[in-house]
Amino acid sequence: MVKKLVVIGAGMASGRALETLFKETSEDWDVTLFNAEPRGNYDRIMLSPVLAGDKTYQDIVIHDDAWYAEHGVTCRFGEKVAEINRETKQVMAENGDVLDYDKLLIGTGSNPFMIPLPGHDLEGVIAYRDLEDTERMMSMQPGQKVVVIGGGLLGLEAAAGMAARGVEVTVVHIMGHLMERQLDEAAGYLLRKALVDKGITVMCSANSKEILGENGKVKALLLDDGTELPCDLLCMAVGIRPNVALAKEAGLAVGRGIHVDDQMVTSDPDILAVGECVEHDGQVFGLVAPLYDQAKIVAKTLQGEEAAFVQKSLSTKLKVTGCDLFSAGDFADGEGREDIVFRDPARGVYKRLVIEENKVVGAVFYGDTSDSSWFFGLIKDGTDIAEMRETLIFGPNFQGGEPLDPTAAVAALPPDAEICGCNGVCKSEIVEAIEAGAGDLGAVRATTKASASCGTCTGLVEQLLAFTLGDAFDGSKEAAICGCSDLTHMDVRRLIKSQELKSQQAVWQELGWKTKDGCHVCRPAVNYYLLADWPVEYEDDPQSRFINERKHANIQKDGTYSVVPRMWGGMTTPDELRAIADAADKYSVPTVHVTGGQRIDLLGVKGEDLPAIWADLNKAGMVSGHAYAKGLRTVKTCVGKDHCRFGTQDSTGLGIQLEKKLWGSWTPHKVKLAVSGCPRNCAEATCKDIGVVCVDSGYQIGVAGAAGMDVKETERLADVATEEEAMEMIQAFMQLYRENAKYLDRPYKWVAKVGLDWVKEQVVDDLETRKALVERFALSQSVYQKDPWAQHVEEKAESYQPIANLTLEAAE
Amino acid sequence: MSSWIDVGALDAIQPRGARVLKTAFGCVAVFRTGEDEVYALENSCPHKGGPLSEGIVHGSKVTCPLHNWVFDMATGQAQGADDGRVATYPVRVEAGRILMDAAFLQNRSAA
Ligand code: SRM
Ligand SMILES: Cc1cc2nc3c(=O)[nH]c(=O)nc-3n(C[C@H](O)[C@H](O)[C@H](O)COP(=O)(O)OP(=O)(O)OC[C@H]3O[C@@H](n4cnc5c(N)ncnc54)[C@H](O)[C@@H]3O)c2cc1C
Ligand code: SF4
Ligand code: FES
Repeated sequence: MVKKLVVIGAGMASGRALETLFKETSEDWDVTLFNAEPRGNYDRIMLSPVLAGDKTYQDIVIHDDAWYAEHGVTCRFGEKVAEINRETKQVMAENGDVLDYDKLLIGTGSNPFMIPLPGHDLEGVIAYRDLEDTERMMSMQPGQKVVVIGGGLLGLEAAAGMAARGVEVTVVHIMGHLMERQLDEAAGYLLRKALVDKGITVMCSANSKEILGENGKVKALLLDDGTELPCDLLCMAVGIRPNVALAKEAGLAVGRGIHVDDQMVTSDPDILAVGECVEHDGQVFGLVAPLYDQAKIVAKTLQGEEAAFVQKSLSTKLKVTGCDLFSAGDFADGEGREDIVFRDPARGVYKRLVIEENKVVGAVFYGDTSDSSWFFGLIKDGTDIAEMRETLIFGPNFQGGEPLDPTAAVAALPPDAEICGCNGVCKSEIVEAIEAGAGDLGAVRATTKASASCGTCTGLVEQLLAFTLGDAFDGSKEAAICGCSDLTHMDVRRLIKSQELKSQQAVWQELGWKTKDGCHVCRPAVNYYLLADWPVEYEDDPQSRFINERKHANIQKDGTYSVVPRMWGGMTTPDELRAIADAADKYSVPTVHVTGGQRIDLLGVKGEDLPAIWADLNKAGMVSGHAYAKGLRTVKTCVGKDHCRFGTQDSTGLGIQLEKKLWGSWTPHKVKLAVSGCPRNCAEATCKDIGVVCVDSGYQIGVAGAAGMDVKETERLADVATEEEAMEMIQAFMQLYRENAKYLDRPYKWVAKVGLDWVKEQVVDDLETRKALVERFALSQSVYQKDPWAQHVEEKAESYQPIANLTLEAAE
Repeated sequence: MSSWIDVGALDAIQPRGARVLKTAFGCVAVFRTGEDEVYALENSCPHKGGPLSEGIVHGSKVTCPLHNWVFDMATGQAQGADDGRVATYPVRVEAGRILMDAAFLQNRSAA
């Protein structure tokens, strides 16, 4: 007997179900196929190549009229089913037609999710789901502007497709990196770079606030930081929701999707469902591979055969020309999981395998995906990889590998990469000199001047020697930054500048880091280098800082903290002292100590009390003394000429001015200053990082002193006549130190390496350079001279509290 | 039998960060890695009691803030030359919430 099958939705899933069914039999079923779209089944996945102009709609039709005719399918395209009546086993079409069914198959797919921002219903705000959306995007002309909300698979394919047509596209993504569901940060970084190269503007961590319109038509997207992005079309590609409305009204069991069992049968035995509209075992679906598996089960179930749908691992590829990207399985860190990471900066390749119990459970590849199906096979089959673990990452064709080359990162640099910043010497010049016979550092210095000035690029020049000469070069080796990289601190610093690396991900990738996100040794250093070189572009990462700098207080051996408010130039007032005393009482501070830096230390404050005690001190006008920071600590002064019979200049005033200019700046190590009013030197200025001794004729500026583990007198940088000159020179010195020193080198160590003469050239002799240094310092201060105490009280006081207190709950 | 209790939102912890959870038997450090995995460890370092929740998180490891011992958060084992182990507790994330096994937390003192 011929049975009546009604199918709702002519999508990719139901289409495959019909195909499979007809392979077995066309005779048993009388099929009626409804579709809301005015066409039959086409390859929705290939809309992106259509958008990019690589294919036409005709190329992507899966079932044409002839196919439907051949299998006797009654097509009702452009018609929606309006209602399902389970009791009478009938469906009603939009136009009121009522049809009987023996079996009903729901394949309604999903609806694009539209964020309900103000203005989301304006003309010109579209999703990316069907041919109509695609055609709308194809109508954009070169030079027109489009904003795409969503940096996932769909959003990026939409963006790349339109960019290929010369449209100016901006992608706005709420998360920190692109395609965060499929990619880890490193691959997200590479992808972003490739898209930016295609002329697409990519904004991550960007929150949309409102869609602005004019005469009912979209005009711009407003972000919550106030940025306005003008646009002629706005495409929202932020996710999909299973299309369950019809099933829900019919009273079928529905969660996120329509509930189905392993046979793809819904809570009604005569109704099956398939595709993105279903929920199976708590899971909903957004890629075709599992839908096609479901479709086969649907056909079997309809034929009364035994079959069960099993969920499998999924893999994703992005269909954007030039972005080879693959991700599969589960690649999050997890208990007992280990990573194997491979990076080849020269080719822009990144590969990461996640291993658990000798099996590959996840993989992310960027740049070279040629072996991805082999790896995907390992994941799906759960192959034991213990035997091939060491060479696994090199893929199936691996034949006895070579050890990783420590000069790889330098070898990967482009010929025009600047190696020596002082003398503007690039890689190719140095390599040419070496090839022409300059066989050691001295010879390279003599012929190219590279590393002949401040010397911080010495490591890079040596690596170039090693890589150009091979075994013939025997260089002295400075230690690598840590186990995560073979490069030295100074190599990393140089390359961050010359390669314009502006994010941690850029450093990990371009410099071939061996770990995923560094370690406690390299991350604080890299974070510092990035913020010092790119104060505007790079954002400081507190999670890459030692706890003292993350919590802006000094951790004690018992886990409490010390709090030291600033006392400008060591001056205080009765009001400040009262506020400190009150705070000490209020928070039961066990120890109050007068420090060696002319201020007062409150020791033993509980971590939870920090925001509150800061707020109290802030109220009395005091800010953080940064007594915990690799930054400016104190400026000690003596009472100077206002009071002292020997005083020559206003040492207190100059000290306060200096502290007010320099506070809040992050430096490679802590920096301490002092200003004494005469050569008796009561403020101990001659053993500071920077010390000023006032004399009748002006100011003697000394630098590079020490009085900690080493004791060393300052060296004279210059004698100047005015306060202004002293201020300027000291800021220039600070900035030169900030830009060039190795992390955790105090100024005296750094000056010993680069030589005082070179420092003098920059900050004393060359007025242009001095001015530029002062300007760069001011720029950095415009970002970083903020009281972190006030900021944390306002923005993250909550994070100082326990996430939960179960002792209270137990008592309740 | 395990009974999972909700101790807070995943977003309440910075990626590569931690918060402490106070229990009747002392503090537990709840970590979130750069890739949104969570781990729960005894907060006190076996070396000299440093608060691990204040350490730098890298990969699935954490470095104690007091003297830089490094622990694998999955096993609680000290890495490299240092010898020691901190207790780990079952924890998972569901729908953006962090869940911990109450039974385990209560058994802490016995463990
Ligand atoms: C509070 C204070 C001692 C005091 O009570 O007087 C102090 C306390 C600490 N000093 Fe200091 N130093 C203090 C003045 C000094 C001085 C004297 C000065 O500033 O005039 C020196 C010698 C000058 C110098 O800076 O070198 C000094 C040389 C050091 C050193 C050695 C640095 C070096 O490069 O040789 C360290 C270790 C380090 O920084 O790596 C250090 C480290 C420390 C730390 C931060 C150790 C730590 O990491 O926990 C101490 C924190 C104690 C705590 O538990 O809170 N402290 N320390 C002083 C704070 C001054 C301020 O108001 O900010
Ligand atoms: C641009 C784009 C690119 C993609 N790229 C990939 C990729 O690279 N890889 C991958 O695996 N997946 C990709 N996908 C996802 C993939 O296309 C979907 O998973 C798949 O098409 C879902 O199939 P389906 O049959 O469940 O739903 P659909 O194909 O959406 O079909 C459902 C149909 O039901 C119709 N319908 C809904 N309600 C009714 C009703 N009441 N009455 C009648 N008809 C109704 C709809 O009009 C629609 O035509 C992409 C999707 C898009 C939009
Ligand atoms: S530095 Fe000179 S002027 Fe200043 S207090 Fe000491 S002795 Fe007096
Ligand atoms: S207390 Fe943790 S390393 Fe010393």
